[in-house]
Amino acid sequence: MSSEDVLNPKRMPHDPEKATLEGRNKFLGFWFFLGGETVLFASLFGTYLALNGSTQGENTPEHLFGLELVFIMTMLLLTSSLTSVYAMYHMKNHDFKKMQMWLGITVVLGLGFLGMEIYEFYHYIHEYGFTFRSSAFGSAFYTLVGFHGGHVLFGLSWIVALMLRNQKRGLNLYNAPKFYIASLYWHFIDVVWVFIFTVVYLMGKVG
Amino acid sequence: MADQSHSKPVHHQEYEKKQHREEMKQQVLTFALMILFTFIAFGMVIFEVDSYFIIPTLIILAVVQVAFQLYYFMHMKNKGHDMVAVMMYGGVAVAALTIITFTSIIWW
Repeated sequence: MSSEDVLNPKRMPHDPEKATLEGRNKFLGFWFFLGGETVLFASLFGTYLALNGSTQGENTPEHLFGLELVFIMTMLLLTSSLTSVYAMYHMKNHDFKKMQMWLGITVVLGLGFLGMEIYEFYHYIHEYGFTFRSSAFGSAFYTLVGFHGGHVLFGLSWIVALMLRNQKRGLNLYNAPKFYIASLYWHFIDVVWVFIFTVVYLMGKVG
Repeated sequence: MADQSHSKPVHHQEYEKKQHREEMKQQVLTFALMILFTFIAFGMVIFEVDSYFIIPTLIILAVVQVAFQLYYFMHMKNKGHDMVAVMMYGGVAVAALTIITFTSIIWW
């Protein structure tokens, strides 16, 4: 079976994302990358934990954060994780249209999250005068949360690019691994967010 | 058609579809639990549960949620994820060491 074969339920391999050598290599290489990302975010979390008390006497985490917005952002990102699971479910059943639809929903939810994060930063800067340069806490906060936001932006661009590029191709053994890996990246973004809302916002409020 | 020789028997297709449905059910259940954990975590902070254990509890809730995400949503529980586990646990070990180092050196 050549990798250009459009998949149909009659002649599909069981795991289209791992049916070719290239797909298996991508799969393994991408998890290697995720192991590295874990370490990268750990260094940012470590920095944040070490510096979040250095507030120059103003704009402490407790005073700054509002949990309502963070709660909505958490729900958006968590739900978008489930919708990308649905997308992969339809990929495994070789239903390209439904996969594209669920990826589209994922992108919309992700955009909602990103919009709210931009609003949050804007709010801190204009209402509180809390910027990257305000204090060590400010630098650590914007680096950690901003880096995550950058990952969201990259993930969204990635998924949209895949959707557009493969729109007319349909699903085949060449692009199935690409979709699968983009969905892994999207889940990983949610993994990091779980620690951000716990460590930065919730533990910040507890004090 | 010659292609037909590659086709899978119908019962096998049905079997695979059924397997996918089963997995999807587990994943929806996982999602419900993750939402529940999120509610508990935010609830504890919003209603100011005053306890010495609040921070450890928040961290445990986060770790369990992330384990669900990795094992169910990212399929680490499935076969063929041994190297994946090596890489992720390797990453987590270095990550833990990094956080311990950063926090202890600067605090003490």
